[in-house]
Amino acid sequence: MQASDRFNINSQLEHLQAKYVGTGHADLNRFEWAVNIHRDSYASYVGHHGMLSYFALAENESIGRVRYNLMQKMLLPCSLPPEKDED
Amino acid sequence: MDIDDEIAQAQAERQQKEEEMVALGGAQSGVFDTNLYTSNKFEGFDSSIAVDEEGDAGQDERAEGMARKLASYTAPKQILEDLPRGDVVEDDLGFKKPSRIADREDEYRKRRLARMISPARNDALAMGDKTPDVNVRTYADVMKERELENQRAMTMRSIEAQKEAQKQAEQQRSDAYDSSVPTRASGLQPQAAEPVAKPSGEKRRNRWDQGTGGEAEAEPAKKAKVMSQWADIPDATPKQSRWDATPTPGRIDGEATPARRNRWDETPTPGRLDGDATPGGVTPGGMTPTPGMTPGGVTPTPGATPRWDATPTGSMATPTPRKGRSRWDETPATVGSATPSHVEQTPGGMTPGLGATPVAGAAYTPGITPFGASAMETPTPGQIAGRVPMTPEQYNAMRWEREIEDRNRPLTDEDLDSMFPKEGYVILEPPQSYIPIRTPARRLLATPTPMGTPLYQMPEEDRQQTFDVPAQIEGLPEMKPEDMQYFGVLLKESEDEELSADEQKERKIMKLLLKVKNGTPPQRKSALRQLTDKARDFGAGPLFNQILPLLMSPTLEDQERHLLVKVIDRILYKLDELVRPYVHKILVVIEPLLIDEDYYARVEGREIISNLSKAAGLAVMIAAMRPDIDNVDEYVRNTTARAFSVVASALGIPSLLPFLKAVCQSKKSWQARHTGIKIIQQIAILMGCAVLPHLRSLVEIMEHGLVDENQKVRTICALSLAALAEAASPYGIESFDTVLKPLWRGISQHRGKVLAAFLKAIGFIIPLMDAMYASYYTREVMQRSLIREFQTHDEEMKKIVLKVVKQVVGTDGVEPDYVKTEVLPHFFQAFWVRRMALDRRNYRQLVETTVEIANKVGCAEIASRVVEDLKDESEPYRRMVMETIEKTIQNMGTGDIDPRLEELLIDGILYAFQEQTSDDSNVMLNGFGVVVNGLGIRTKPYLPQICGTIKFRLNNKSAKVRQQAADLISRVAVVMMTCQEEQLMGHLGVVLYEYLGEEYPEVLGSILGALKSIVNVIGMTKMTPPIKDLLPRLTPILKNRHEKVQENCIDLVGRIADRGAEFVPAREWMRICFELLELLKAHKKGIRRATVNTFGYIARAIGPQDVLATLLNNLKVQERQNRVCTTVAIAIVAETCSPFTVLPALMNEYRVPELNVQNGVLKSLSFLFEYIGEMGKDYIYAVTPLLEDALMDRDLVHRQTAAATVKHMALGVAGLGCEDALVHLMNFIWPNIFETSPHVINAVMEAIEGMRISVGPSAVLNYTLQGLFHPARKVREVYWKIYNSLYIGSQDGLVPAYPDIENEGMNTYKRYELELFI
Repeated sequence: MQASDRFNINSQLEHLQAKYVGTGHADLNRFEWAVNIHRDSYASYVGHHGMLSYFALAENESIGRVRYNLMQKMLLPCSLPPEKDED
Repeated sequence: MDIDDEIAQAQAERQQKEEEMVALGGAQSGVFDTNLYTSNKFEGFDSSIAVDEEGDAGQDERAEGMARKLASYTAPKQILEDLPRGDVVEDDLGFKKPSRIADREDEYRKRRLARMISPARNDALAMGDKTPDVNVRTYADVMKERELENQRAMTMRSIEAQKEAQKQAEQQRSDAYDSSVPTRASGLQPQAAEPVAKPSGEKRRNRWDQGTGGEAEAEPAKKAKVMSQWADIPDATPKQSRWDATPTPGRIDGEATPARRNRWDETPTPGRLDGDATPGGVTPGGMTPTPGMTPGGVTPTPGATPRWDATPTGSMATPTPRKGRSRWDETPATVGSATPSHVEQTPGGMTPGLGATPVAGAAYTPGITPFGASAMETPTPGQIAGRVPMTPEQYNAMRWEREIEDRNRPLTDEDLDSMFPKEGYVILEPPQSYIPIRTPARRLLATPTPMGTPLYQMPEEDRQQTFDVPAQIEGLPEMKPEDMQYFGVLLKESEDEELSADEQKERKIMKLLLKVKNGTPPQRKSALRQLTDKARDFGAGPLFNQILPLLMSPTLEDQERHLLVKVIDRILYKLDELVRPYVHKILVVIEPLLIDEDYYARVEGREIISNLSKAAGLAVMIAAMRPDIDNVDEYVRNTTARAFSVVASALGIPSLLPFLKAVCQSKKSWQARHTGIKIIQQIAILMGCAVLPHLRSLVEIMEHGLVDENQKVRTICALSLAALAEAASPYGIESFDTVLKPLWRGISQHRGKVLAAFLKAIGFIIPLMDAMYASYYTREVMQRSLIREFQTHDEEMKKIVLKVVKQVVGTDGVEPDYVKTEVLPHFFQAFWVRRMALDRRNYRQLVETTVEIANKVGCAEIASRVVEDLKDESEPYRRMVMETIEKTIQNMGTGDIDPRLEELLIDGILYAFQEQTSDDSNVMLNGFGVVVNGLGIRTKPYLPQICGTIKFRLNNKSAKVRQQAADLISRVAVVMMTCQEEQLMGHLGVVLYEYLGEEYPEVLGSILGALKSIVNVIGMTKMTPPIKDLLPRLTPILKNRHEKVQENCIDLVGRIADRGAEFVPAREWMRICFELLELLKAHKKGIRRATVNTFGYIARAIGPQDVLATLLNNLKVQERQNRVCTTVAIAIVAETCSPFTVLPALMNEYRVPELNVQNGVLKSLSFLFEYIGEMGKDYIYAVTPLLEDALMDRDLVHRQTAAATVKHMALGVAGLGCEDALVHLMNFIWPNIFETSPHVINAVMEAIEGMRISVGPSAVLNYTLQGLFHPARKVREVYWKIYNSLYIGSQDGLVPAYPDIENEGMNTYKRYELELFI
């Protein structure tokens, strides 16, 4: 790496990106990525009213209830993390 | 025997000389004593900060200093300083030469070096209930010391006063008694010398002092300089002579004795004694140790003190034959006996081997030896003894001396044998009485000090010391000579096992510090990290004991200080409560930063003190600084006040309020009250509007200061109120209610400085008031004192009065009528005088104030008063008038200017314009422009006259005049159009056209600018000379290399190409095209941009083909800047003439098998698609094959540029249905994601980002999913990077496209909501 490269945006890009929740890295495992995906999806559903009302209709629940459920699910979207293999 | 005679003779001579000197020089002996103790050692320094001091000291210190020195009408220096120098100054800002801090410091700031780095103090909080150790300095000890010190100072002052009175009385008596006997004669009688000579000396000195004393306040710098010439050095370094010296050996030569003194002092001729007068200043009294004051210090043995102090003093003070034998003449025997006594004096930790060196160091500078000795008496003797306190000069002297010595060494028997024939000579025994003279007195340089033994010493005894080679140890950065005294011990080879743990630690710290100070950036970084990480292991004591003396070093540079301060900052965090005992030590070193002239140093200082107060806590900070609050030294109080304000901002004002209240109401000393109030002032300056919540309590705390018995306290109180009012503006008037009355009473009671301060406070408070009150109080203050003070001769007062007038006049409630009738006459009479224009600050202030008044009373009122002065004979004054009129008209317009005034005005500005000799700031030009444009159509009758003047001056011999005339045309062109003087303009155009042969580029540039402004307003068709004549004349001028000419010329040509291209034949335009290519090399971006635009205009005028051919050819040139500009020009041509006219030729050019050309084409395409935006959708399919090829090229730059093109294309056509082509291109882009070259990868990533916009995140995600969990980490890393930028760019858009992950054990990965279906 040249000295000049150290200061351009590319070298800092990863660092910048890492500041955001939801971004990934080379050591991310399936569970962590899936959690991110689920949380993003729930946030997206709650953010789009059309989606909410569609789900409400399909589940025969009130929109508020659906929204509440979705937000509750964001806590542990994929249940507890799997045991880590020590090997 | 001869020799004895000689010596006796020499002694006699010298003695006589000395006597003469005593008589002539005014009996220094007497002077020194009184000087040290009784005279006010701070005279010449401001004992409080100047009244007009606004923000931090030093902001305008330089200008201020110059202003003060300015006693006459010759002010060129500072005017020169203010000359606008373009961007030159900014340009080299980043590459400042390393500068020593001490070099740029003024006398006042240098006093930081005189402060003692106080020994560590007791940490009361850590002690709990235990009684502190006797050896530890507690708060009580420090307070007691301070008390003693203050008392001593007071006593000395009173003694001085008494003596003064006595002396005067005596003198009166003697004058009456026998006025014919000159006092100097009395010095000739040795016996009576002392008593009589002293008063005479005092008298002279006093007279001398008074001589400067009159101006002393105005010019402290000058005075200080003269003082030091007067062998008055103890005065300049009050603390040095004090017994509690600091552990900074190096600073001695930095202050008291300038380096050049050393040279003179060294040679032991009798005549030198006069130069040597300094040590006399350190009289026995000065050195007399008051044992209570030296905790940890080394008490000199009785044998040492007299030798070092008494002897030189005695030899000068009483030049009797008995005492005439000074140490210069001492025989080796005596010297030998003196040696041990000196060694005794050195701290016990000194090793015998090294012992010689510090002694030698001291010996070389006899003038300052006593200082050196006292400076070496540090609280930690072990450290200093180990270091080698030698300055570079001393090293050189030493080396030189050894060399000389070596050459002049006595001949040995072998030498003599080889020189003389064997026969005919007899070797005689030396006589018994013969003692070989190898006294140091005979040496050229060395003083007869106990340096080594009297016997000859082999020079190269210490093989470790290599004097010419810069000292360096493996793994450590180079040491500068001045670092030796701090880091010299590192050079000493020693086994780690031999050292104690503490010494090892010390060495470790020293190495790290050296790396931080002198190392390369990586070295510095790791050293800094180690210091930080291990801070607690090292301990606060060892760290600060080494860092702080370094910071006091007189040779410290800005960068070094910055680094060391950074070290302190970092370790403060780590040490936290451990710093408590060292708070005062640190403050002594950091406080001077608060008054540094460098802004960043001030900020750094604030940061450190703020961190320190957070680490140590309020109680410790107060305990550390409390003793300094009523220090006799104003410098100490000033810096302490500033430090306190930082503490207040760090820990909050409320927590400090009780303490401040107690300090401000101190009954014991006015200094404490003064400092307390000053702290409030500094808080206001530092915190600004953040004082508002505490405003009332702050004012209440100090309001009694307005009626304090001490004048200085009253002054600072008023200044603090001013600062508070300024910080609180425009709120908080209710908090000042209580002080209004004393303030008002004050302005009728006080005079001079105090009055100035009071007025300043009022000036800041009135604008806070309601309109009604403001009006009332304005009248009051005007009536009571302000108008009277218009007449003042005091410069400071003048500035303050102007400022106050500006402030009160600008306030709402003040009626214009009142200002007109009551203020204006006095104001103009007092201030609108020529003298005011000579000082830059007065000038500025007066203009501002007058403009403010004009805003109140209207333009005409002011203009009519000053308009006559436009014809004044003083040019600076005319300029001031012009600037005032300019600003007034700019603010107020010309509505109320009547015809008569209008005439006068035009007449005046014409006169002023014509008479100007030097106008670097364009005041006259701007003024002219503003007035003429302000008058608008009313200028019409005067235009012929103005044009006549211009025409006449265009013909002037002086280039400057011609340039001004041409510049003026560009200012009045618009007005001429408004007045419909087209004919006149045409005429001017012709005249200018005739002057296009101008030789001076500056003038030519202005002429072109004038032509441009005429063309702009008059239009192409009506222009005379006609465009078809004008343009061919401009073509050769394009070749001119001068920037101003180029810029104006290309602007004019571009203008013509834009608006009137049809007047010029196509062939002429082609010729210009070729010339324009040269302009692409210009350094100035503006010129290149104008050139590129001109290509566009020309292409539109004559069709793109020819221009394009020229430009495409230009792609083959070597120069990169030229090619880049060409590509831009091609893109612009394409934009102005539609892409389809350009693309075929451009793409055809890509077939040229030449790298530069192909890249140029690609780059043009990139710019082209950037410019044309969504127009690109029609051309995307056309260029895709070309891009395919480029993206598959082996050359990196091809792929990079093609990627950039794809990016612009993708961004331009987003949402326009070109996804098919884009996806196709993306397939070519994608393999490049593993490129490592930063430019290429940047371009590729941006292209992918472009794709995200145009083909959507889902498509890009599908590409990305392939590699997110690739077995190779390198691949994963790249893919995750792409994923992350995709995610950050369109998080929501990814939701529908995420892959469906199968559930696994207890974990649900499926997104069931998406499977819902109705």
